[in-house]
Amino acid sequence: MSRTDRNVRAPLPRWADVALIPVANVLLALLAAALIVLVIGENPLKAVRIMVAGALGDSQGIGYTLYYATNYIFTGLAVAVAFHAGLFNIGGEGQAYIGGLGVGLALLAFDHVLPLAALIPLAVAAAALFGAAWAFVPAYLQAYRGSHIVITTIMFNFIASALMVYLMVNVLIAPHQMSPESREFLPNAWLPTIGSVLAGLGITVERSPLNLSLVLAALACVGVWIYLWHTPWGYELRTVGQSERAAVYAGVKPRHIILVAMAVSGALAGFVGVNEIMGVQHRLLLNFNLGYGFTGIAVALMGRNHPVGVVLASLLFGILSQGGAELAFEIPAITPEMIIVIQGLIILFSGALANMSRPFFERIFALAARA
Amino acid sequence: MQDAYLIALLTLSATIRVSTPLILGAMAGLFSERSGIVDVGLEGKMLAAAFAAGAASAVTHSAWLGLAAGIVAATALALIHGFASITQRGNQVVSGVAINILVAGLTIVLGIAWFHQGGETPPLPPEGRFMPIHFPGQDALASVPVIGPIYGHLIGGHNLLVYVAVAAVPLTHWIVNATRFGLRLRAVGENPQAVDTAGVSVAWLRYRAVLLCGLLTGIAGTYMSIAQNAGFTRYMSAGQGFIALAALIFGKWRAWPAMGACLLFGFLDAVAIRLQGVSVPGIGEVPVQLIEALPYALTVILLAGFIGRAVAPRASGIPYIKEH
Amino acid sequence: MPAAEPAPPAIELRHIDKRFGTVHANRDVSMTIARGSITGIVGENGAGKSTLMSILYGFYDADSGDILVNGEPAAIRNPHDALHLGIGMVHQHFVLIDPFTVLENVMLGAEGGALLRRGKGKARAELERLETEYGLGVNPDAVIGNLPVGAQQRVEILKALYRGAAILILDEPTGVLTPQEAEQLFRILQTIKARGATVILITHKLREIMAATDEVYVMRAGTVVAHRRTEETDEGELAELMIGRKVRLELDKAPAAPGAERLLVEDVTLHDARGVTVLDHVGFGVRAGEIVGVAGVSGNGQTELLEVLAGIRVAETGRISVDRTAITPARPMDPAQMRELGVAHIPEDRHRLGLVVSFEATESALLGYQRDGAYAGPVLQRHQAINRHCAALMEEFDVRPRQPFLRSANFSGGNQQKLIVARELARDPTVLLVGQPTRGVDIGAIEFIHRQLIEHRDAGAAILLVSVELDEIMALADRILVMCDGRIVGEVARHDADERMLGLMMANARAGNGAAAST
Repeated sequence: MSRTDRNVRAPLPRWADVALIPVANVLLALLAAALIVLVIGENPLKAVRIMVAGALGDSQGIGYTLYYATNYIFTGLAVAVAFHAGLFNIGGEGQAYIGGLGVGLALLAFDHVLPLAALIPLAVAAAALFGAAWAFVPAYLQAYRGSHIVITTIMFNFIASALMVYLMVNVLIAPHQMSPESREFLPNAWLPTIGSVLAGLGITVERSPLNLSLVLAALACVGVWIYLWHTPWGYELRTVGQSERAAVYAGVKPRHIILVAMAVSGALAGFVGVNEIMGVQHRLLLNFNLGYGFTGIAVALMGRNHPVGVVLASLLFGILSQGGAELAFEIPAITPEMIIVIQGLIILFSGALANMSRPFFERIFALAARA
Repeated sequence: MQDAYLIALLTLSATIRVSTPLILGAMAGLFSERSGIVDVGLEGKMLAAAFAAGAASAVTHSAWLGLAAGIVAATALALIHGFASITQRGNQVVSGVAINILVAGLTIVLGIAWFHQGGETPPLPPEGRFMPIHFPGQDALASVPVIGPIYGHLIGGHNLLVYVAVAAVPLTHWIVNATRFGLRLRAVGENPQAVDTAGVSVAWLRYRAVLLCGLLTGIAGTYMSIAQNAGFTRYMSAGQGFIALAALIFGKWRAWPAMGACLLFGFLDAVAIRLQGVSVPGIGEVPVQLIEALPYALTVILLAGFIGRAVAPRASGIPYIKEH
Repeated sequence: MPAAEPAPPAIELRHIDKRFGTVHANRDVSMTIARGSITGIVGENGAGKSTLMSILYGFYDADSGDILVNGEPAAIRNPHDALHLGIGMVHQHFVLIDPFTVLENVMLGAEGGALLRRGKGKARAELERLETEYGLGVNPDAVIGNLPVGAQQRVEILKALYRGAAILILDEPTGVLTPQEAEQLFRILQTIKARGATVILITHKLREIMAATDEVYVMRAGTVVAHRRTEETDEGELAELMIGRKVRLELDKAPAAPGAERLLVEDVTLHDARGVTVLDHVGFGVRAGEIVGVAGVSGNGQTELLEVLAGIRVAETGRISVDRTAITPARPMDPAQMRELGVAHIPEDRHRLGLVVSFEATESALLGYQRDGAYAGPVLQRHQAINRHCAALMEEFDVRPRQPFLRSANFSGGNQQKLIVARELARDPTVLLVGQPTRGVDIGAIEFIHRQLIEHRDAGAAILLVSVELDEIMALADRILVMCDGRIVGEVARHDADERMLGLMMANARAGNGAAAST
């Protein structure tokens, strides 16, 4: 111990902890991404310009950006809630998938009997219930059987995938249909687009898949914020995540918290199904969830597990997703998969290597304090 | 009868081919996890190696250079994982996830940028691949009933890397159980402090374990793109890294049982392919997805302690911080 | 006999000095350990014994001072260096690998070649030789996890001997042993000595010092206060030297006026995960308006006693009664229920139990009372009330800085502790469990906290105080229980107690001691 003390360090002020280091980590990740673009032989600055223009340049671009961000908010919040309880939920992918299944089943069953006003809460409840159930099993196994939640949620992603293929191919496929898709829902089971809502207010925007799920995402953000920081249950959840022994001292039962936190997390991930199935696809199909669960990990790590951070990170990833599609159009050498690369880099630098830059800043602050 | 025999044999032969990357991946994971470094990034390393091998072989038309490139790529990622986990004491699961996602994107981005074929590498000529090895006397024995097909299809007729995988299992078992390195490896995964107080470097030991993991995932990925197939295709690892991880857990972090699990999972896969759309008398059509999900479901059940108990090395996932 | 040897001493420590931040752990310590002797080092918790041995074993660098091994100056930078110099250490907490066999544990780090087989053969032969020589009684092929604690300790000794240790350090070796196992250990140490090796025995148990050692060093507050030949001293003198004549904490408090019994503990037993008895048929009562002190060297069951009483752990036998409510193993209560009964708990481990270091002060000030109607509505927390409450606690207990939104970790130890004490006293509990209330707390805060405890006593609270600081017990308690090895070994009224007598009881030198033993 004494040997390391010789390096001059100063404890960081809180703003550095909350803002400076996270931003520095994201910049490191983006720098690494820029290097990759250079390796491909393209100009990263030009790429950034095209992306920003594509994502934010017109109302359609903004619509797509927000549509992507909606999904990222759901899965980012899902990871964040679990994280606050000290759990790593890698199962967002599967929970989103099964959440979508819940939405699809509910709408297929009731779209010809119920009006939209009733179908919306029904679909939201189904998404939450199915997503929560898919997360509950790994949570139960962790709390009461001691199996590691990381491994179990990974396995559950694959099981969800197999289950969905089975159901779509054998059970839910519409008659006389070649591809494994259900019948289309009746139009009264389509979640209105933001465009149509705005049109009702006399504002016209270009077509995009952005729909009322965005409102649900906003509510989810506020809800998570209230839950974690303004209710006794959220307080207890965070206590377990920070110090299990202190939680026991305070009369909290960590096992219950594991169950509740994972159920909430799974429900949030399940909301991806509302956006995709009820909002965009209007039918049940395969692979609508692809990648959103994993992006949620990047979003949560980058957003420091806070709803505000999650929104900001989701917007960034929304811009990357939409701008990336635009970019692939303009510069064919850079494909949309560049976004996945950036996600991976952000998870690496903001997550696994989160403390790499800390000693550097501690030294800077120590020097500044002396000067 | 003869037909059924041949089908069974071909299924077993397919099992071996499907199991090869799983076995290599499981042995790779074994070294890492027995040292206490959790590795959910087997998938990413295998995919990266597959791409690197496919790319190098496409350019050089040399299977051996392809293998070298695959090993280099996987080892580089293993070192990143080691740096994050051992030196930076970061979250090992997060690091593994990052590597998986990074590689999933990067192989396609680089593939398209370099080869302009939608993320695939160009098809390889035979000299750029590890081709099935023709065993001496294979043709002469082919007509001999029972033995001929076994010799030709089951024992012989595979490519070099299949035999490497088969050899990797006893070798891994031997290294882990019969060598000084193995003793220390097992020790550091259980109680790094004991290793430290015995005067052995925890970090160097774990780095060596992670490097071995890189080497073996490198071979596994290479197998996919230039032995089993004639080039790299998008996402070609397709979850095999995770199946390898499941098999490792299913085998309770031991070499022979892990190989058994790989063969079981490989067999399920081979059977699933064969059963596709086939109606089994008395049962009806067996859903292929059920068989596909079985490795994962079995692993979950095992982890939950319903069939035996799989206890991970005690120090897994916990960064070692010297204390006293 | 050892003094007559012309050979240089096995170990010589010259002017060792070591600070951790503001704590002066070792202050100009010099010792000479004669070769072929058993030398004891005694001292209270925090006297600096363990730090000194960690320096000798290479875990820490001394800030200044020299170490000589066999007369040669030695640079010991890590345990590896220590092993090379023939120094072996048996830690209080064993560093063994549970799924490994004894043989594998012993070999680790000294395998004798890249392949195990040859080395194993040699190691087995060597173990057999050591077995016949020392009679340790461990089977080389036994799996560590299946061995009892005493046998595991002998494996640790075996590890050191296998590496050719000529100097063996044992840190509180009998803490986890049964009396029979301890006997066996001391026989082995005598054999080791007879073979010419040197043993350093760190302990707080004076009886062991008297029974096993040739010489003894007494440490107090980081310095060596005495060096005696064991035959020329006795337990009384050692106890006095160990405790010292400290500046008495003077508190002008009225004599206690005990009322009805609020807390009654009967026949409580608990074992830890390894099966060691940590609470051995413990029983006592605490009445309203009195402070009962539990004295003892740490690790003798006090922590577990507090945890059982607070509802954190469930006892295996016995009964705990708070007023009229009985808590039994069949009908346990969790910490939330205990709080509802009016039991408050100032925990020993303030960083891991008492508060959440990453939480803001307001949040830490809520810990345990998060469901209380004053701070939680049907759904939402009452943040205004929570913040007001925290501000009031800070004001009343002078917690500095007065920043309710500062993270708990950023307060000094004393201020953290004041916040916890404030939180637990705010409810005017009927029963107050207090563990190490002033550990790591500055003088000013100590006095303040003590005064608060007395005030609550006078207001009628039944207070159980656990402390390893004898002067704290002497200053606060009206009645004193002494714990050793999970048992209550004695009870004395404050006005009958003196430090020497308590020291002897804590060291289990004279169990029961004249005064009425409890239960």
